[in-house]
Amino acid sequence: MSAQVMDNAAYDPVDGRSPLVLGAKDFHEITEIVAAPMEWKLPKAWFIALGFSLSLLGLLAVSVGYLVWEGTGIWGLNSPVNWGWAIVNFVFWVGIGHAGTLISAILFLFRQKWRTSINRFAEAMTIFAVACALIFPTIHVGRVWVIWWALPFPNQMDMWVNFRSPLLWDVFAVSVYGTVSALFWYTGLIPDLATMRDRAKNRIAQVMYGIFAIGWRGSNRHWQHYEKAYLILAGISTPLVLSVHTIVSFDFAVSQLPGWHTTIFPPYFVAGAIFSGFAMVLTLMIPARKLFGLERLVTVRHFENMAKIILLTGMLVGYAYAMEFFIAWYSGVIYEQYAFVNRAVGPYAWAYWIMIACNVISPQLFWFKKLRTNLWVLWIVSIFVNIGMWFERFVITVTSLHRDFMPSSWGYYSPTFWDVATFIGSFGLFFTLFTLFVRFLPIVAIAEVKTVMPEADPHYHPPEDGTAAEGGKH
Amino acid sequence: MANENRNSAHWGALAQFATPADLYHACEKVRDAGFSKWDAHTPFPVHGLDKAMGMQQSKLPWIVLGAGLTGAALAFWMQTWMSAIAYPLIISGKPYWSWQAFIPITFELGILFAAFGAVFGMMALNRLPMLWHPLFRSRRFERVTDDAFFISIESTDPKFDARATLELLTEFGATHVELVE
Repeated sequence: MSAQVMDNAAYDPVDGRSPLVLGAKDFHEITEIVAAPMEWKLPKAWFIALGFSLSLLGLLAVSVGYLVWEGTGIWGLNSPVNWGWAIVNFVFWVGIGHAGTLISAILFLFRQKWRTSINRFAEAMTIFAVACALIFPTIHVGRVWVIWWALPFPNQMDMWVNFRSPLLWDVFAVSVYGTVSALFWYTGLIPDLATMRDRAKNRIAQVMYGIFAIGWRGSNRHWQHYEKAYLILAGISTPLVLSVHTIVSFDFAVSQLPGWHTTIFPPYFVAGAIFSGFAMVLTLMIPARKLFGLERLVTVRHFENMAKIILLTGMLVGYAYAMEFFIAWYSGVIYEQYAFVNRAVGPYAWAYWIMIACNVISPQLFWFKKLRTNLWVLWIVSIFVNIGMWFERFVITVTSLHRDFMPSSWGYYSPTFWDVATFIGSFGLFFTLFTLFVRFLPIVAIAEVKTVMPEADPHYHPPEDGTAAEGGKH
Repeated sequence: MANENRNSAHWGALAQFATPADLYHACEKVRDAGFSKWDAHTPFPVHGLDKAMGMQQSKLPWIVLGAGLTGAALAFWMQTWMSAIAYPLIISGKPYWSWQAFIPITFELGILFAAFGAVFGMMALNRLPMLWHPLFRSRRFERVTDDAFFISIESTDPKFDARATLELLTEFGATHVELVE
């Protein structure tokens, strides 16, 4: 295979699209490409990555342990800023998860075949991000041992939860989202787990993959129900993912605080979530593809498509920022106007302009094909977007709170060591789960990638040597 | 005279095909030969194979619809009972039965139950988990999750006859045929 074939960003002269799988000659080779890294002798780099992730996870454990012991006073919260990094981190992590569902569900419904190489990876990211997200609302209540009060659980106090609060909707939305994402991910994994079962050489791997493959035998009578289940899961995950970030935005929008009380929040939050999630997919996928030798399955065309989505959603987010200002002015409400002017020129202006620079300006580089097909540029911009989207949530949460209606209750919020440690620690959980995932599960959907190869079509006829393909036989 | 369980010594016949196209045509022929207890096995879903095998539509969507509606109805009923009957409390001057506020959770639980219906309904229709199957006795069959395409015909099929069926499958283009214990 020549080096030229490795770059498929150039258009295919026949059907106007570049191939999704490069240089794989048959189905078996796809299995080999994906399964081989899971059968390598564990490389030293993997242990270093796991050790690093576990030490961050330890930091999370210490931070949460100290929080439970001492209370939320260890954080930088004050009055009027009663919501700090915990909520910022929660929205940040939930948002990251959304790109996974977008890739697995929405692109599936739109029959975007390029999703098959990246959906498994992105779905894993979703589940791990939701796991990180769930930590923050759980611990921010302070008395973690009564978190079950957030659930409609029969209790000796004969009390029930308040279904008229968006915060409770959020409990349901995020936990349903986590559950459905896990089910969707697992359903997609079943045939690939069977592949691993049938390849496994050692007994433990055979038994473990065997149990989770539930006895899959590639039966077409099974595939029929399976494909239907997959389609339905995609169909119901699509409105679900849109509802989840809508409900997350209701946590803010249903309140009456200037800067939060806006109707643009649901679509604006959803666009921002997809924007940040795709950035995180790039951040993780670019190094993983290199480390696991997936260049032929995850191609430059895949990255270019993701860059285009980042450009689009980045501009949607930029539009929302501008529209918030317009509505604040147009509403004629002085509090609303003050809240937004204060964002841009007040004490938190530094955070606001970091957000604008990262989210609105940096993706504009993707207008240029040369830049959006350059993996270094993609990777660096993706980091900027991650930072920018964290700051977006910080700006929304903190700038709206720190100027109360009465100037006598104005304040300033700064994080403490423990705020920072908990956030960094949550990356430890995320990376630990990822490190284990890339080792023990197929990170590309093996069965699905095979279906996008031309040979998978029962009406495909291989071109004879020296003659053209025999088309239209059926 | 042949009984219901002819050739009970064997579970059935297994035939391997080289490509999805060969498998597709063989399935059409097995279907037309009138077999009923048979199956095709592929590493990935082959487009159009349902038709070549003469299969009915999946009933899964009805299971999902039922599960989803059940979830939504339960959620709405739960919120009504808890907020308006079991524990009526005035919050921000809203009515006890604020049905508009119940919609998000009604929707979420409808989705949750539908997802359970889809995944567990799929498993139930497929009789899975079934960790062991006679086909796993065949060494060749290990490649069904990699790059091999098979047709299996069970010996309980009224048209099954060990020798004749294998010959028929070879005639249909199988590259390899065998009997499975």
